[in-house]
Amino acid sequence: MIVYILKRLAIAIPTLLVLIIASFLLMHTAPGGPFTSERAVPPEVLANLNAKYGLDQPLWKQIATYLWNVVAHFDFGPSFSYKDRSVNDIIAQGFPVTLTYGFLSFIAAVLVGVTLGVTAAIKRNSWLDYLAVGISIGAQVLPNFVMAPILVLVFTLSLHWLPGGGWSFDDPRFWIMPVIALSTSYMASIARITRSSMLETLSSNHIRTARAKGLPKRKIIMRHALKPALLPVISYLGPAFVSMITGSVIVDVYFTTGGIGKSFVDSALNRDYAVMMGITILLGTLTILFNLVVDIVYGWIDPKIRY
Amino acid sequence: MKSIAAISAFALMLGSAAPVLAQSSKVPEGTKLAADQTFTYWMQDDLKTLDPDLSTSKDGNDVLQQMFEGLYQQDDHGNLVPALATSYEVSDDKKTYTFHLRNEKWSNGDPVTAQDFVYAWRRLADPATASQYSWYIELMQVKNAHDVIAGDKKPSELGVKALDDHTLQVTLDSAIPYFRQMLVLSSTFPVPQKVVEEYGSDWTKPENMVVNGPYKLKSWKIGNSIELTKNDAYYDAANVTLTDLKFIPMQDNDQALTRYEAGELDFVQTPAGQYPRLKKEYPDAAHAPPRSCVYAYRFNVGPNGPEALKDVKVRKALSYAINRDIIVDKILKGGQKPAYTWTHWATANFKSPDVAYADMTQQERMDKAKELLKEAGYGPDHPLNLRIMYNTSADHKKIAIAVQQFWKQLGVKSTLENYEWKVYLDKLNGQHDFDVARTAWCADYNEASTYLDVNTSWSDQNSGQWKNADYDKLMKDSKTAADPQEDYTKAEKILAEDMPLAPIYAYSLPMLLNPQIKGYPFDNVQLNWYAKNMYKVAK
Repeated sequence: MIVYILKRLAIAIPTLLVLIIASFLLMHTAPGGPFTSERAVPPEVLANLNAKYGLDQPLWKQIATYLWNVVAHFDFGPSFSYKDRSVNDIIAQGFPVTLTYGFLSFIAAVLVGVTLGVTAAIKRNSWLDYLAVGISIGAQVLPNFVMAPILVLVFTLSLHWLPGGGWSFDDPRFWIMPVIALSTSYMASIARITRSSMLETLSSNHIRTARAKGLPKRKIIMRHALKPALLPVISYLGPAFVSMITGSVIVDVYFTTGGIGKSFVDSALNRDYAVMMGITILLGTLTILFNLVVDIVYGWIDPKIRY
Repeated sequence: MKSIAAISAFALMLGSAAPVLAQSSKVPEGTKLAADQTFTYWMQDDLKTLDPDLSTSKDGNDVLQQMFEGLYQQDDHGNLVPALATSYEVSDDKKTYTFHLRNEKWSNGDPVTAQDFVYAWRRLADPATASQYSWYIELMQVKNAHDVIAGDKKPSELGVKALDDHTLQVTLDSAIPYFRQMLVLSSTFPVPQKVVEEYGSDWTKPENMVVNGPYKLKSWKIGNSIELTKNDAYYDAANVTLTDLKFIPMQDNDQALTRYEAGELDFVQTPAGQYPRLKKEYPDAAHAPPRSCVYAYRFNVGPNGPEALKDVKVRKALSYAINRDIIVDKILKGGQKPAYTWTHWATANFKSPDVAYADMTQQERMDKAKELLKEAGYGPDHPLNLRIMYNTSADHKKIAIAVQQFWKQLGVKSTLENYEWKVYLDKLNGQHDFDVARTAWCADYNEASTYLDVNTSWSDQNSGQWKNADYDKLMKDSKTAADPQEDYTKAEKILAEDMPLAPIYAYSLPMLLNPQIKGYPFDNVQLNWYAKNMYKVAK
């Protein structure tokens, strides 16, 4: 297992490198530049800007300098659009917000989704199954850009219980709507995957044997069915976790949380190469890391899969 | 004096805001103030910087003019009023201005000196700063600005110097009558040299930032909020009533409207088309004051433009056929006014000249348009095909569809081309790759030349590459004229005759402002507002 982990880590480095270079090249092929503005910038001003941000250098040199700064100094450079903020500043400010509501959304999605899925499978074709499936379908057809305004209309405008936007680490009232908006569709997917996987597991031979041996139902489900049934859920959770903790643009924009998702989209629109690269590297690293974690958890759950 | 202070302290202890009222000369006597003096302001875009030398946006200016004081400000009607400059002298050739500065302190207790202006202006022009707005100091005609920006002269050669701590002298390359009007923009504000040099780009972080205005920075969270709080070191702090300002960025107007209705915002721009409804629902809160910006369709008469648009008859026909009333009354519905001339009608000391087509009925304009197009040789046998380019926005799209229909009545077939913002700008200003493009201009300063200069052959904004020697000469002459209005009138008439662009409407700012907030300058066409002049009354 350790060898496997080391191997995977060794592959991760060139993967990241390819990601960085490909992203860098793609960004520079996009029309419009970071300093393209409504007030056309005179050529001498544009030359000053390009010189300051190193855009007057050949592309290979820009990539090499960038990589050196990232690897040797962990410096992602200055933001091209936020003139007095570095990329490190922007990530340091936005990522904790995203991480907080993303992590809470993940917990909520897993707890509710797995509970709904398991309940629906155990009580197949009962009203509980229909209810769980109904909730899942309902949650799936309500994407977060629909969910967010509905939540604000209900909890802010009608009930006056929660603030309509903003963010505070100290006040959980600010967390509730972002978490609901972000977790709902994931929760629905988890519930559906859990239900079908659980149904499949419950009809397998080892469960039949356990039943024949007269084991109590609770024990069969918790000890023998749940673990293998969760395998497909876990493979879904890896990327889901990454996309939740790396933020949702809709949630950031609608609730003005100040999270990193909005910064990512803004950086693309502003052609802020530095912020775009910084967040791409962050997302890339997290994706690789959590896929690795998923593989390890797989091995822990099902020894047959160990490497 | 002592007794006033004692009464104030006593009343504050009781939780009343009345003493603030008693001390502020800006609050009418007898006004009952709200206990909470917070003003929460909606911004469409997130702020990109708090550094006056790097700021480029209107929202940035809105925030910075609360934190810094430059030489001049504007009053509620947009007239120039002294801020740090208490008086000035100008040389006979109008090229040398000497400003005398008020005794003021930075929020760290250091005196604000003329050297702080010198430092800030040199820093603005310095290529090492790479300010995207360094062109503004060139526009101000400050001596050697062009060469300093281009790196051909040192920043120390810029035409600005401190004669002593409280005397600033500015030398211009050529006289411009509106020079002092330009000193309202945040790009001309002083910056604290010592602090900037100590912290570098981190000087605008809340823990480091030093200001000389009525409010100082409390927090800045990207994508979330900017919070300012009253600066007690400000020289006129006793007359500042609002204690806290919050700026919330939100791109979606509908969402901002919801937050306004929830009581979380005091100001919001109303979503397009909703102003009439909101005016009925919130008669005390809904306003639509004029805003100094003009929307137009620019024709590409340059080498990349279609041959047809090089014919003035075609340009005129296309402009005449646009029913501006329908766009304003049926699409925008927010207090905008139809525009037949380029300069915003409410610009200071400017009177829109009479242009013939403005006085016609729309039917007459349409008849004339058909006639002109026929004269130009276009008709069923030789149809005119054009592309209309606009950037992504529901309003631009609606207007483009309407224009497409107006032109269809002329027999002109037009296709709509929608581009993402940066791509659109690249095509418009960089490649000049368009036939007709939507454009808009907002005043940098409250004077007509801010609009008219855009159409000179040397302007970087002249994306349609129109050239007219008479127009250029008029705009050059206006810079030294005792009264430039005559030149401006002639220039507008040339625009109406040669039609390099079709003005469509003059902006307003349809908004909801919490009726408790008083002192907002609705008559200031640049919408320059100063929170130090505002206050919040009790419900």
